[in-house]
Amino acid sequence: MSKNGKPKFAMYWAAACGGCEIAVLNINEGILDVDANFDVVFWPVAMDAKYKDVEAMPDKSITLTLFNGAIRNDENAHIAQMLRAKSQVLVAFGACACEGGIPGLGNLSSKQQILDTAFSTISTDNPKELRPQTTFKMPEGALHIPTMYETVKSLDQVVPVDYYIPGCPPESNQIAAVVGLVIKALKGEAQLPPAGAVIGASQSTVCDECKRTRGEKTITQFTRMATFQPREDQCLLEQGILCSGMATRSGCDARCPVANMPCVGCYGPAPDVIDQGARMMSAVASVVDSKDPAEIEKIMRGVVDPTGTFYRFGMPRSLMRHAKG
Amino acid sequence: MSEQFEPTIVGFTCNWCSYRAADLAGMSRIKYAPNVRLIRLMCSGRVDPQFVFKALAEGADGVLISGCHPGDCHYVEQNYKTMRRFALLKMTLAALGIEDARVKLVWASAAEGNILAEEIDKMVAEVKALGPLNWKGDRRPKTEDGRVPSSVIGHRSVVEGVAV
Ligand code: SF4
Ligand code: SF4
Ligand code: SF4
Repeated sequence: MSKNGKPKFAMYWAAACGGCEIAVLNINEGILDVDANFDVVFWPVAMDAKYKDVEAMPDKSITLTLFNGAIRNDENAHIAQMLRAKSQVLVAFGACACEGGIPGLGNLSSKQQILDTAFSTISTDNPKELRPQTTFKMPEGALHIPTMYETVKSLDQVVPVDYYIPGCPPESNQIAAVVGLVIKALKGEAQLPPAGAVIGASQSTVCDECKRTRGEKTITQFTRMATFQPREDQCLLEQGILCSGMATRSGCDARCPVANMPCVGCYGPAPDVIDQGARMMSAVASVVDSKDPAEIEKIMRGVVDPTGTFYRFGMPRSLMRHAKG
Repeated sequence: MSEQFEPTIVGFTCNWCSYRAADLAGMSRIKYAPNVRLIRLMCSGRVDPQFVFKALAEGADGVLISGCHPGDCHYVEQNYKTMRRFALLKMTLAALGIEDARVKLVWASAAEGNILAEEIDKMVAEVKALGPLNWKGDRRPKTEDGRVPSSVIGHRSVVEGVAV
């Protein structure tokens, strides 16, 4: 508890896009509840605070920390460790923190390949072949910038995590519900779920929340949204559009299929699914209507970038985690 | 070093054809490389790609999936599903940089002990030539009390009611 008697709240972004921060602000008047019930002590996006301020805080003095973004470099990991020590409840917030998220797609390339692409491709004007140096000596002393890791990690691959709020970003109504629950728990009016739980989501798959009609799935060709106008009432997968609903956890009210777009899997693996991509392979295999090896090969080639598609948000937390390198 | 390298290959066989083929190979005293650890499932259609990834991530140098010939599946057409899954699995493995020879699909009827043995010998030789896979999946940290965070196990619990 801080001087004003309120429990402390922190939010941090590591390898993140900022969308998770916006999603928190999107809880509208709910944000006033956060302010009324918490003393916001650290939130780089919303207020000025220095890492050393957090370092100076006693261990476990922050009641709730929402951590969004993946772990891409040693700065991300350092802050994760620091916030873990200072927080009673550390929440992996959003797909990047939970599963590695979009930055996690970097795990399909090596660090070397990523740096080459950024600094040495034809579109880059870098005649001296300069590369970022993590230490630079100045007359005043050495400067350090964070060191990029070989691979991207989820938050729980660096520190133990108490809860997971999935989504890219999490739905605002879900965030509001979780914040409401924590406030109630602090007042002794509710109990927090057991550690390790996924909160702000449900127990089933996106397909389960999707209202589109489903019949026999027999696909002989995959197609893409850019070239096809799908029917609004029929399952998208049945229409040959790759939809990750079957492998993905529910909790978003099937937001994308409702908007006539396929689910891309942002809520992470459905309950009991260990590897979201592997589940998608099984799901896709069971809807393709062919018994001929050559034809199967041809149909499957219509799945553009299966790895990037099936693991769009979860490469670092998949069973393989990264490409060979 | 590759002289001494003996690959570990996990072999998923089906109860009705390929496991019997392996059995027959044994009973007929056909000699074949001892590197494959056979796991018997009811059907090759049971081979979830998760099994393959788990084997590779946790130390196998290769994975062999085998089942009844197309058209001969005990469960009518589950092995066609295996075939379709395998096509996607191979595309993913290629994107991950895992050599083609490390993961194979072989059809073998209960009478084809010799064929299975031959395929195993061929695969072991190929994987030997490739060397160890040594997948360096970084292990996840344990909590202070030595508990593996539940997320590591994969079956994270969800508390319903928190969701609105
Ligand atoms: S989960 Fe999505 S919205 Fe949140 S930081 Fe990652 S990319 Fe951005
Ligand atoms: S696959 Fe997609 S469109 Fe089809 S039911 Fe599931 S979520 Fe809906
Ligand atoms: S439908 Fe899929 S991609 Fe869209 S918000 Fe829901 S889980 Fe995310």
